Amino acid sequence: MPDSQAASPNIALHRVAIIRGSRVILRDFDLEVESGELIWVRGANGSGKSTLFRALSGLLSVASGEVSISGAIALCDDNLALDLDQPLGKAIRFWTGLDGIDPARLEAALETLDLIGLADLPVRLLSAGQKRRGALARLLASDAPIWLLDEPYNGLDQANVARLDAALSRHTEKGGIALVASHIAPTVNVTRSLVIDRPKAELTA
Amino acid sequence: MNGFANIAWREVRIAWTGGGLWLPIVFYLAVATLFPFVTGPDKVLLARVGGSILWIAALLASLLPIERLVLPDRQSGVLDQLVLRGWADEWIAAAKIAGHIVGFGIPLLLATPVAIALLGVPDAQAKTLIIGLALALPAFAGLGVTIAALTAGLNGASALGGLLLVPLAIPILIFGAGTLDDSANNALQLLAATSLAMTALSPFAAGAALRAARD
Repeated sequence: MPDSQAASPNIALHRVAIIRGSRVILRDFDLEVESGELIWVRGANGSGKSTLFRALSGLLSVASGEVSISGAIALCDDNLALDLDQPLGKAIRFWTGLDGIDPARLEAALETLDLIGLADLPVRLLSAGQKRRGALARLLASDAPIWLLDEPYNGLDQANVARLDAALSRHTEKGGIALVASHIAPTVNVTRSLVIDRPKAELTA
Repeated sequence: MNGFANIAWREVRIAWTGGGLWLPIVFYLAVATLFPFVTGPDKVLLARVGGSILWIAALLASLLPIERLVLPDRQSGVLDQLVLRGWADEWIAAAKIAGHIVGFGIPLLLATPVAIALLGVPDAQAKTLIIGLALALPAFAGLGVTIAALTAGLNGASALGGLLLVPLAIPILIFGAGTLDDSANNALQLLAATSLAMTALSPFAAGAALRAARD
C-alpha cells in the first residue's frame, strides 16, 4: 500500500460554479489549498459549505470552472456511514478493510478519540456524540491526506473537541490538508479562514 | 478485486440479520401452502400448475426486500463514502446484485424442494424447476437492485417497485414457465440467455440510477 501522505496534496479550484436545482450555490469561486493547511470554513446556514465539500469529494458535479485535486479525500459529514446493528469497531473496520489499512492504525484512531471502551457496543446504542466520534475515527484511521470535516464539533464534549483539534494539528504538521466547516473556531493553528457568503464567496487572510 | 467481495458480503450479512432472511422465504412457502387450499386437493391439477405457481411466488418474493437494498445505504452515507473512494456506481450496483443473489437466491433455492413437496410437483419437473429458478435468480436480483435504485426515496416505493418489476420480469417468467413442459431443453437455454442478458445489463441501469439520484 503506497503511503498517499508522501506526495504533497493540494486543492485548486478556479472560477467554479455549482448549481443545485435552479439555485446558484457558488459562483466564480476560487480556492487554493497547499499541503499543511488547516482551513476554517465559515458561513451562514445554507451558504454552501456542505455543497462545497460534496463537490470537492466528487459527489456533485460543478456547473463550470476547473477543479484539480491531488491526494485522496476523507469526508466526515452528517451521515455516519456506519452500520447501526454492528459493533462500532467492526462498523469502522468495514471501511478500513476496504481501504486496506493496517488494523493498528484503526486502534490508534479509536484510542485518540477515547473509543476503545465502546468498540464492542452496537452503533445504534451509542449517543449522538459517541456516534459522531465513531465517524471521526473512520476519518482519522484513513490514510487520505485531505480531510473534509463538516460540523465535526456537533455533539462533542470539551475533552473530545480538544482531542479532535490535537489530531487535526498532527495531521497538518505531517503535511496533510484539513478543511473544517464549523460555527465554532478550531482551537489550534488555523492557517486561514474561508468565509462562504452566497452567492459571492470571498477569502479573508 | 478484494473490496468487491467486502461490499457483496456486507449485503449478505444485512440480508441474513434482522429477519430479512425469513420474510421472503416464509412468503414463498406460504404461497405453496395456501394454493392447494384454494384449488382443492386435486393432485392432477396441482401437478400441472404447481411449477408455474412457484415461478410466480419466487418472483413476488424477490420484491419483498427491495426497500432495504438501496435506500438505507443512501441515507446513511454509505454510497457517498464508496463513491468518494473511487468506486464507480456500476461496480457498487454489481456488488449489491452479487450480494443479493447469495443473500436472497440461495435461501430461496433451499426452500424450493419443500415447496415442491407441498404442491406435489412431479419428479420429472422438479429438477427442471430447480435448475430454472437457479438460472433466473441472478436476473431477479439484478431487477430488484435496479428497481430499488430507481425508487429509493420515493413515496410508495414498494408499490411502484411492483409495477416496474412486472413488465420487466415477463420474459423471464415466460421462458421460465416454458421450461416446465419442454423435453428438448431449448427453453432452459433461452431462459439462461435471457437471464444472462438481464443480469449483465442491470449493473449499468442500477448504476445510472444511483448516479442520477446523487446529483
